[in-house]
Parts: sequence; structure tokens; C-alpha cells
Amino acid sequence: MSPFIATPSQTVGPFFHFGITTDNGLGSLAASAVGERLHLRIRVFDGAGIPLPDAMIEIYQANAAGEYGTADFSGFGRLATCADGSCVFETIRPGRVTSAGGGVQAAHINVCLFARGLLRQICTRVYFAGDPDLEADPVLALVPAERRSTLLASQADGASGTWEWQIHLQGPAETVFFDL
Amino acid sequence: MNDIRPGEAKSQPPLIYPAYRSNVLRAPSRPLIRVPANLRDLAAPVYGYLPIGDGDRDLTRQHAGEPLGERIIVSGRVLDEDGRPVPHTLVEIWQANSAGRYLHAIDDHPAPLDPNFTGAGRTMTDADGRYRFVTIKPGAYPWRNHPNAWRPAHIHFSLFGHSFESRLITQMYFPNDPLFPHDPILQSIPDPRAQERLVSQFDLELTEPEWALGYRFDIVLRGRHSTPFESRA
Repeated sequence: MSPFIATPSQTVGPFFHFGITTDNGLGSLAASAVGERLHLRIRVFDGAGIPLPDAMIEIYQANAAGEYGTADFSGFGRLATCADGSCVFETIRPGRVTSAGGGVQAAHINVCLFARGLLRQICTRVYFAGDPDLEADPVLALVPAERRSTLLASQADGASGTWEWQIHLQGPAETVFFDL
Repeated sequence: MNDIRPGEAKSQPPLIYPAYRSNVLRAPSRPLIRVPANLRDLAAPVYGYLPIGDGDRDLTRQHAGEPLGERIIVSGRVLDEDGRPVPHTLVEIWQANSAGRYLHAIDDHPAPLDPNFTGAGRTMTDADGRYRFVTIKPGAYPWRNHPNAWRPAHIHFSLFGHSFESRLITQMYFPNDPLFPHDPILQSIPDPRAQERLVSQFDLELTEPEWALGYRFDIVLRGRHSTPFESRA
């Protein structure tokens, strides 16, 4: 066995804001990127249905062409949730991503959640409701059909550019989390 | 299988650990769904390639005067699971002041703030994966997890590494702290040897005469140097 075993994770705790979420600019990914602009409002709830006012959310996504980490689009965002458990990223709709193992993944945004009470980050991803590519998505196919809707953002009011998505850490609507 | 990580099960804290009270309503209750390696988005966020100033890595020089407390140097190497250095990756830290108080609105511990200490720093690892901060030793502080609960002195660390799976947020502790056995956050790590990896070591080589004590803290990030799509077997 390798002597180099990964350093253990520890909770981000409640006091991270002055350390790592001082730059609100990390909520605005769109800038000069090409693509369909949107706002993604993520709201986080605990097992009692109480919003988390002290979570940190990081997102990582492809550009409109389905490519990661290009020169003109970092695809990375980071925000703390506010008192109502929400944060809003301004970004673009990612393109379909071709998996290393072949196959095409529907447009999605990778999401990492850190919070007091979580000893390590939890990872999930959000898709866009109504996307015809969802049917053939190989990662959604790993998820029991009745839980897939926990990974779908929906448009707040019809055609507006705001997508809403709720993360439930526990309960009947518990969001699907992935082991990566 | 590409996905087996020997030793990890006991070296990482579990998701569910009720002795840490905040965990009870926040830990997901259902099993994580395993994503095969060839379906993961393994590229790393391109983040942190920002100018780092001297004040970012020297937390004692961010204000008009020097902070109170024991001046220390914290330095180490960031490696991957093959023991190779992780160069040019962002390392962020945040911590309480020497009295155990954070510069944070919700910290109501009745200990003084220090007008000369913020407690946040950032740097990039060099070509050999090394980083170095100058700061002051943080104080222990009480919290409300259980009666007479105190956190051992610690510095929070945040690292990205070079793949999505290497993202790590952790805490660095100081040697021989008597609070270790009473701290559910550290004790959540099942393997005592893994707990020890979070304890920095006093290092006379890092110590600068008549100026500051040195503590070494090496960090291993998940992932290997080889491209993710090569066999790990």
C-alpha cells in the first residue's frame, strides 16, 4: 500500500466566510463567455426543513461547447449561502459533455457543498428540467428513477433566465449525492 | 477495478457522525451513488492563478501593527497519492486569533479581537509543491457541541489540487494538544494514524532564530499524477 494516503477531510466549520468567500465575483462566471446566460439559484435545507445559512457551494461546469477549463471560461464558482439558505450564480448553460468512456452527458453543473456539520464535502450535479438529453444521460441512469427529479433545476417563471434548484440534505426529497 | 482506494475507508471521516451535533440534521442519510471513473468530470477547476502578495502569505503583516500571540511559520509540501509534488496549486487558510476568537460576526466567544489580525491567508505551492505561511498560533476556543466543549487550536486549510477529486478542506492541529481526545471533529476520523496526519510537527529547521517557531504540515491530496484515464491497477 502506498504510504501516501490522502489527508483526512475536516469540516469547513461556521467561520469560513472571512477566509474563503470574500470574493463575491466568484458567483459571476458568465462575464465574456459565449452561451445562453442564466441565473442558477440554489437553496439548501437540512433534515428539519431549515435553510442552511452557513453553507459554501462550489460549482464547476463546462462551457457552451461542453469543454472544461478553457482559457475564456474557468467554469468555477464559489459562494456562501445567505440567511435564507440560498445563493445565486450567474453563469451560462453548459453544453453536452462527452464522457471519457464514450457516451454523451446532458448539460449539467457539478456541485460541491461544504458546511458546518459536514465532515467532508458532498458532491452532486444539477441538470436542466425539460432537456431532451436527460433520457440518455449515463449518470442519471445510475440513479433510481424516482429520485432523478432531485437533480433537476426548474425555471422560476416560465421563460425567465432564472433556474431554481433545492438541495435537501435529508428527508423524503433528499437530494442524490455521488461518490466520486 | 479502477476505483478502489486502499486505506481510505478508515482515514477519512464518515458522512454520518452524530457525536458532532451539527451533523445530525445535515448528513445525507441515503447511500452515495458511485460514479464510475470514466463518467466523472475529472478536470480541475482553473482557479487560484491570481497574484499573491506578501501580505497574503504573512498574516502578521496585514495591518498597521503586529498581532499579539506566538509568531509561527507553517510550511510543508503538497503531494498526490503517488508521493509526487502538486505544484502551483492554491492553498488558503483561515484561523482564530491568539485568544481563540474569529473575526466573524457570529463568533460570540467573549475573547478579545485583535485589530492587527484578520486570520486569512493564501498562497500557491511552488514547483516542488511547497508552501509557507507566517502567522500567529491560534488559541483554543469553546463551542456548544456538548457540555464544556473546546476545540483544539487549529488552522483551516483549503486546497484544490489538479483534479476535481483532489479538492480538500481540512484542519491542521498542533502537537500534543490535550484537547484531542475530547474533540469529536478530530475523533471522527476512525484511524488514529490518520488523525496524526492532521497534527503538524514542530520543526527546528523551519524555526527562525530569535523570531518564530516552525511547524511542518505536509498534505496528501486524493488522486494520482497519471492521467485519470490510465489504469490505476
